[in-house]
Amino acid sequence: MSDSSKPLDSSRRLAIGLTCAAGAVGTVGVAVPFLSSMSPSERAKAAGAPVEVDVGDMKPGELRSVEWRGKPVWVLRRTPEMLETLEKTESKVADPGSLRTAYPTPPYAQNPQRSINPEYLVVIAICTHLGCVPIEKFQAGGDPSLPDDWVGGFLCPCHGSTFDLSGRVFKNKPAPDNLEVPPYFFLSDTRLLIGEEKQA
Amino acid sequence: MAQEKTVETTGLLGWIDQRFPLTKLWKEHLSEYYAPKNFNFWYFFGSLAMLVLVIQIVTGIFLVMHYKPDAATAFASVEYIMRDVPWGWLIRYMHSTGASAFFIVVYLHMFRGLLYGSYRKPRELVWIFGCLIFLALMAEAFMGYLLPWGQMSYWGAQVIVNLFSAIPFIGPDLAIWIRGDYVVGDATLNRFFSFHVIAVPLVLLGLVVAHIIALHEVGSNNPDGIEIKAKKDARGIPLDGIPFHPYYTVHDILGVAVFLIAFSAVLFFAPEFGGYFLEYNNFIPADPLVTPPHIAPVWYFTPFYAILRSVPSKGWGAFLMLMAIVLLFLLPWLDRCRVKSIRYRGGTYKAALAIFAISFIALGYLGMQPATEKVYVYASRIFAILYFLFFLLMPFYTRAEKTRPVPERVVYKAGH
Repeated sequence: MSDSSKPLDSSRRLAIGLTCAAGAVGTVGVAVPFLSSMSPSERAKAAGAPVEVDVGDMKPGELRSVEWRGKPVWVLRRTPEMLETLEKTESKVADPGSLRTAYPTPPYAQNPQRSINPEYLVVIAICTHLGCVPIEKFQAGGDPSLPDDWVGGFLCPCHGSTFDLSGRVFKNKPAPDNLEVPPYFFLSDTRLLIGEEKQA
Repeated sequence: MAQEKTVETTGLLGWIDQRFPLTKLWKEHLSEYYAPKNFNFWYFFGSLAMLVLVIQIVTGIFLVMHYKPDAATAFASVEYIMRDVPWGWLIRYMHSTGASAFFIVVYLHMFRGLLYGSYRKPRELVWIFGCLIFLALMAEAFMGYLLPWGQMSYWGAQVIVNLFSAIPFIGPDLAIWIRGDYVVGDATLNRFFSFHVIAVPLVLLGLVVAHIIALHEVGSNNPDGIEIKAKKDARGIPLDGIPFHPYYTVHDILGVAVFLIAFSAVLFFAPEFGGYFLEYNNFIPADPLVTPPHIAPVWYFTPFYAILRSVPSKGWGAFLMLMAIVLLFLLPWLDRCRVKSIRYRGGTYKAALAIFAISFIALGYLGMQPATEKVYVYASRIFAILYFLFFLLMPFYTRAEKTRPVPERVVYKAGH
């Protein structure tokens, strides 16, 4: 009944081709709403709204943790001594200038302090290796799980990655990147908004 | 080392064919499945039913990503889908419009069977699987309707589950077992969710496969009701047959296109369809303490509901409603006519079928009306009786039918 030995006549080929093309357009058109419905809903986006943090009552050397988009964000009020340690760790960290692009560092944090205001460090407290929350190790020396020349920073207990007091990862550690700096800005000298960059 | 199976195909397809009958299935069911060449408008609805099944499953999968099957949060989760989920409103409307579309398509598909005797020997099993699909579809629709947990959902479920309590002896305990509680509640919602999403769809898919396999085993009927396999050419191919692929696969694309135009028109411009596809009462959250003044089942159940209500007895009403569906199964044996298709049958059958169709539609309308008007009650009784007589008198009025001679070969238009 069907004759597959003759080549297909060109107007039939055109008709079949156009129909297939229309079908493909239709299929994509139908797929878009279904696939989009899996993106964050308005409710999820609202729950991910920026968080305001009051840092006026923080003591020097205090670490505070707030939740933004389900993740812990650290605000560390650094002492002058803590800031001095950054010069010592500069040669020991993998990406001292925060130039890597996996977790792009915003322009206001492209400095050794990795912050807008050197006194306050704001980073997402999730190890860039596999996602555990690191612990604070601000005491210099004395800890057997840390090297002898430890000046202060953070240690991730899961696989041993260490970060300095700017959240920069040390060389030769499982974690490849510095701790991520979230979008944030200062609403006033003592109030931070985490989750949004300052509108120019 | 086992003998390597010889197949005609080569390459990757040959590798597959040695391990899985892919080319064999393709030929048996598509490229060398010979269907009668005179299929008309009534023959679109089978493939459309399959399309709607796919639409319901796909939209259902995406709805379940956001729906919460808990009496406290179900209603709100549907509103969440409508308002907060990207394109959620479209997916929800596709599912609700699809449910009504399913019944429109299936009723027309069944009516084709009545027109052309598609249930006659040797296709009795195709018909029986089809009736089972109809039953499963009604269960699926009923349970799906509870899920939005609106007033109509709740009270519709309450009424139908209470029907089971009409069964003698075991009824009341059976109703409690079905509900999982003394009243329709969270337990009922959870189990109906499980049935609606997993159990009944699996059963439906299995029945649809069986339905098609049974059909392909004997070959399709046609508007003339004659068996095309009776006249074959030298190669054993029916003279009046054409391969399903490419002729009917392409032909059915036309049916799909027209259907989707109508479907989309409803979907985008009238998804509630005047309260028939999405009932107004269901926009009110379920309240176990207040019944809406006017409960009616969704339009596709109203013919059977009218039959139920026309009988002034709880037990007999439920029984007759069940019989109305059971009689469908018996059609292959009730119809005693020499010929299959209405084109060659006598005036008696044509009149009987017309009366049946009118009664079904009238019962559907009456099922939507309040139960109080005396005229409606009497009318329901009359149409219910006519509905049953179509089946019960069939062995008699079909045996002595004045039929016309059937043609040797199929014709494209009736009377040619």
